[in-house]
Amino acid sequence: MTIFINESSKVIVQGMTGSEGTKHTRRMLVSGTNIVGGVTPGKGGQVVEIEGHNLPVFNTVAEAMAATGANVSVIFVPPKFAKAAVIDAINAKMPLAVVITEGIPVHDTASFYTYAQSLGTTQIIGPNCPGLISPGISNVGIIPADITGAGPIGLVSKSGTLTYQMMYELRDIGFSTAVGIGGDPVIGTTHIDCLRAFQDDPNTKAIVMIGEIGGDAEERAAAFISEYVTKPVVGYIAGFTAPEGKTMGHAGAIVSGSSGTAQGKKDALEAVGVKVGQTPSETARLLRAILGR
Amino acid sequence: MDLFEYQARDIFEKHGVPVLAAAIATTADEAEKAAESIGGKVVVKAQVKVGGRGKAGGVKLAENPKDAREKAGAILGMDIKGHTVRTVMIAAAAPIEAEYYLAILLDRSNRTFLVMASVSGGMDIEEVAHTAPEKLAKIPVSAVDGISIAKAKEIVAAAKFPVDVADQVAEVLLKLWEVFQSEDATLVEVNPLVKTTDGKIIALDGKVTLDENADFRQPDHQGLVDEAGENPLEAAAKEKGLNYVKLEGEVGIIGNGAGLVMSTLDVVAYAGEKHGGVRPANFLDIGGGASAQIMADGLSIILGDKDVKSVFVNVFGGITACDSVANGIVQALELLGPKATKPIVVRLDGNNVLEGRAILKAAAHPLVEQADTMDGAANRAAELAAK
Repeated sequence: MTIFINESSKVIVQGMTGSEGTKHTRRMLVSGTNIVGGVTPGKGGQVVEIEGHNLPVFNTVAEAMAATGANVSVIFVPPKFAKAAVIDAINAKMPLAVVITEGIPVHDTASFYTYAQSLGTTQIIGPNCPGLISPGISNVGIIPADITGAGPIGLVSKSGTLTYQMMYELRDIGFSTAVGIGGDPVIGTTHIDCLRAFQDDPNTKAIVMIGEIGGDAEERAAAFISEYVTKPVVGYIAGFTAPEGKTMGHAGAIVSGSSGTAQGKKDALEAVGVKVGQTPSETARLLRAILGR
Repeated sequence: MDLFEYQARDIFEKHGVPVLAAAIATTADEAEKAAESIGGKVVVKAQVKVGGRGKAGGVKLAENPKDAREKAGAILGMDIKGHTVRTVMIAAAAPIEAEYYLAILLDRSNRTFLVMASVSGGMDIEEVAHTAPEKLAKIPVSAVDGISIAKAKEIVAAAKFPVDVADQVAEVLLKLWEVFQSEDATLVEVNPLVKTTDGKIIALDGKVTLDENADFRQPDHQGLVDEAGENPLEAAAKEKGLNYVKLEGEVGIIGNGAGLVMSTLDVVAYAGEKHGGVRPANFLDIGGGASAQIMADGLSIILGDKDVKSVFVNVFGGITACDSVANGIVQALELLGPKATKPIVVRLDGNNVLEGRAILKAAAHPLVEQADTMDGAANRAAELAAK
């Protein structure tokens, strides 16, 4: 089994007709994702041919769902229009909306997240995230499909390239699902949501959790691990050398005063028995030791 | 982006938040003129983006324009916690009866907005939160519903503002919400919010943080950037659209993806412990498409940093192919020619790694050497920087 996506995931791409949307639709199709259509307001009725698939384009998510039975939406819409796209998915009661877009104003994210929570029918992953992959089964977003295959490790990470790096380090073992939750200050799916799902997924035997400076998501995850997670978890935190008050690439990666430091996060995880690697490679070795591989 | 106090004041004024007459000055002369035009007693306030300026002597009362000139002369050029004072704000002095606190901010942990309000203003609010948490009301605000006048009144009551000022404070809170929302702020703080002896409520000092992701719909915000205070390398990088942060170290870093670059800095710092304590010199994320031009821009910024002794290029090819990164490096070095003078350690992994490594090997640039792993490359770059 996997988390959040599986064999029956039917995916639509919001922003499919844009350059990023088209490029990644092609990649997702090649890696076996069941893409059933796209949404671009004003282009409804068109059919786009990508990688030998004739994909219908709809004006709204609701129309796309009615016509295709889609149950996942992946969003490649530019920041300016992203809020409207996510709201469209929420209004259609799309079960899972994966927001890849980087650079969405946090007022917009806070607003669509609050709205989704109030209806309770849409899970949002991201924004500013690489999406998620269950190797060989479904690939929703921009994570490269050919790094590794299916296996017993569950991975949750704020960072895209660190996700790829970790999948590469552990490519001989493989992953149930790897989820990039995104580096923005407000995100829809947290470390905790993924930890809970991995704990409940019988195919996941061990979990890698990657965090970075900013906020207190890792500290909260540590508290959650101590009360809920019985599977082994190893951690990695990026940003020990980040100075206070400077945003390090990700909008959410900032140490404010004494809060959000890498050391604080590492200490919180270690206090609940999570082993935290000093480098990505060491983190991979810690996981290998646990799995005996 | 954090604003200076005077910029926060101007934004407040624009949205109808009550503030005092004020002007800025960068010389003692200007300060005197500003004090003259405001009239009466004035306060001369250092404009720095750091707390504790009062204790550092950066805020002085002046009796008259001559005095304002002297006080400004003493404050301008001062160093406050590493920040040089280049501007002072001259503000009318107000007879204060009471000091309050009011802030609207993004509450990351709860993924909502939050109002913090207290009748114990004027001091460090973290201290109030710590020593007398009952005096600090924290009320969540829905990002969908925002603050209505009814909500503002509810907040003011919860924070136990005195009845005689409650309506005025609620009005101010409503206007601060307008600032917060319409300016795409992540923090709007007034400390202190004062009641003057004649019963008026005034925002005496403010702090505003703006969300740079919203720049596309906030054209005015570009004018608020403190260009004089920017590190010249950071300014040059920004001009080229590069995500660069200058640090104090010797190993220049280029990588793809914010998380991987942060991790690279850490790994270099650990490796540096074995090589005389060398540290990463910068954060530079070149993002997904590492074209030759982006690589050349990145390298030229880093090689322009006189502290840099070696460079570590750390790329994991996800969507990006390592061969195009390798071509980027080769072409960047051609573009830079004799300007490239520091050894460069390159670690490529992931998509098309063999082709990428072969391209660098064939180019055989005397400054470039390759390493197989991130840890190995970090160690080598640190070693080269220590020489």
